[in-house]
This record gives sequence, structure tokens and C-alpha cells, in this order.
Amino acid sequence: MMKNLLTVSALALGLAQALPAAAQQKVVPAQSEIGFVSKQMGVPVEGKFRKFDAQVAFDPKHPDAAKIAFTIDLASVSLGAAETEAEVAKPDWFNTKAFPQATFQSSTVKALGAGKFEVAGKLTIKGASRDVLVPVALAQAGPATTASGAFTIKRLEFKIGDGDWKDTSMVADDVQVKFKLSLTGVAPL
Amino acid sequence: MTPPAGRYTLVAICLHWLLAVAIVATFCVGLYMSDLPFSPQRLKLFNWHKWAGVTILALSAVRLLWRLTHRPPPDLPMPAWQQRAAHGTHHLLYLLFFAVPLVGWAYSASAGFPIVLFGVLPLPSFVSVDKEMAEVYKAWHAYLAYGLAALVLMHVAAAVKHQVVDRDGLLSRMWPAPRGARP
Repeated sequence: MMKNLLTVSALALGLAQALPAAAQQKVVPAQSEIGFVSKQMGVPVEGKFRKFDAQVAFDPKHPDAAKIAFTIDLASVSLGAAETEAEVAKPDWFNTKAFPQATFQSSTVKALGAGKFEVAGKLTIKGASRDVLVPVALAQAGPATTASGAFTIKRLEFKIGDGDWKDTSMVADDVQVKFKLSLTGVAPL
Repeated sequence: MTPPAGRYTLVAICLHWLLAVAIVATFCVGLYMSDLPFSPQRLKLFNWHKWAGVTILALSAVRLLWRLTHRPPPDLPMPAWQQRAAHGTHHLLYLLFFAVPLVGWAYSASAGFPIVLFGVLPLPSFVSVDKEMAEVYKAWHAYLAYGLAALVLMHVAAAVKHQVVDRDGLLSRMWPAPRGARP
């Protein structure tokens, strides 16, 4: 019985290794960044999220079968100033008590050639969902694949900066989201 | 254009009063805004204060060039120590016209907020982002601004003393109206 179990386990292990493309790819958090740039009266102000998690199943040869999901811990925002970080946790901004996480769920992935892809999906922040198109460029070096890109969202569509802060002449509606993700286990391009 | 003898040039007079109003207003906004809680009002005032500071810096450069190329009227008769005190005050005032905005600019840039003049023109940051240095610049921006305020008070007190006690017409040299209409 024990022997059989071991054999089955070994088989399963071998199978998993033989099919790397079907396995989930892993994001290396220490080498990955998700950040944003908002403009306050014309002044670019950068922020970063220190905590996020991703489930990536992606084979460059079969982008149509890809599934990419992100969960970003909004309380982990870093804005370079403690008082600003305390402020954005409040209901007018991220309202992290009620909505601790932002999520992204891909729907389709299109290959554009030369390591470039277009990921369509749903971005959910503060209970509001919007369809977004995310351009992604892949670069591979050894076992590591770096996926980077940027896209723009409208903060008011997610009620980020509500109340007194709705005025877009103070804080621009457009917020640029930037990311650089280090992935392991991605098949060669 | 040659000014009447004993008067500053019209350009010098205009720059003097324009900068007087700008510096006093910007100082008062600076005092008021620093204790405000995080709000659109605070963000707005901080940016206005920075734009005003950079404008004062630029106008002070124009003023210094004008001062270096145009002789002011000769000193009125007064004790030598008063002349020295007046000239010393003027030198320090000019120094602070540059130092206060420049250190404020360094404070903003080192705190991670580059100045975008009037919300459209990004200005270069001549220091790198460094939170510890930002605190140092912040403190010096305040010390120098208080120093400037003290010098301005001395300057005004001396002018009032000349006008009210000495009655020597010193103020008319910097007064915008023609000579006949002395204050």
C-alpha cells in the first residue's frame, strides 16, 4: 500500500515536471514591483504596493489559454510619507477597511509578436470593476522572465479620492499604473 | 531714462514694491499652511507657495542685475553707523531673497515633490530625494524665512524712523509718485 502510494506520488511528480507549461508560473515578489504615478497640481507623485500576490498560468506559445490573476494588498501602499499613507487608507481614498484588496482577473491574452502581449481583463478596486487593456512586454534571461508594462486608469471610476478630492484640477483623474514582474517557470518565447 | 536726482529708477521702485508684497504674502501663506491637515486646501496652498517662491527667486535675479547695473541715489546725511547698518541690512536682504526660495526648493525636491511651476513647467531638482535631508532643508527654510522677516521689520522700522523722526524725505526716493507728491 505504502509502496503503491510512493509510486503514484513519484509518477505524479514526474508528470508535473514533464509538463512545465501546464504548471503555474511563480512571481518572485522581491524582484517585482507594482506602482503608480498620480499627478497633484502637475506634480508627479509615485506610489508602490509592497504586498501583492499573483496566480499566473501562462505559456507564450498558447496565450489564448493563459490565466492571470492578481491580488494587491491596498494597505501595503508606500507613498514615501507616513501621513499620506495614513490618509489614503481612509474612506475617501482606498477605504482599506472595507476594501482591503484590489484584484485583476484576465479574460483574454493576445500575442502581438516580439515578446509583446495584450492582456484584457477586469480590474476591481473599492468594489468597482472596469475592463482594462494591459500591454505587457516579456524579456527572458536564463530561468527568469520579466513582464513589464504600464496602463492608465481613471481614479474617479473607482471613487479613489472622493468627496473634497473629486476636483481633478487638484489631483488628475488619470493615474498611471506601472509594473515589473519577475516570473519563474515561463516557457521560452 | 534717467531718474530725477535722489530717486531710485522706476524699475527699481516697481521691483521693490512688487517683491515687498510678494514676499510678505508668501511668508504669511507659509506660516498658515504648515499646520493645516491633509486637505485639498493644504495641497493648493503648498503649491501656490512654491510657485510664488520661484517667482520671487526669478524677480530677485532681475532685481539684482538691475541693482548692479544702476547706481542707487547717494546716501542721505546720517551717522556713519546708520549708513553701515542700512547697507549691511540691504546686503543680507538680498542674500536671503535667494537663500530662502532656494532652500525651500531643495526641501520640496528632497521630500520627493519636484516643483512644477504653475502646474505646467517642471523645474529641475538640484538635490536628490532624501527624507533626512528634507527635514534639514525644512528647518533651514524656516530659520532663514524668520531671519528675512526680522530684517524686513528692521528695514521698515528704519524707513518709518527716517520719515517720522528725521523727516529727511528718505522714503520719497522709493515712493512710486513723482517728486512733487512726497508722502
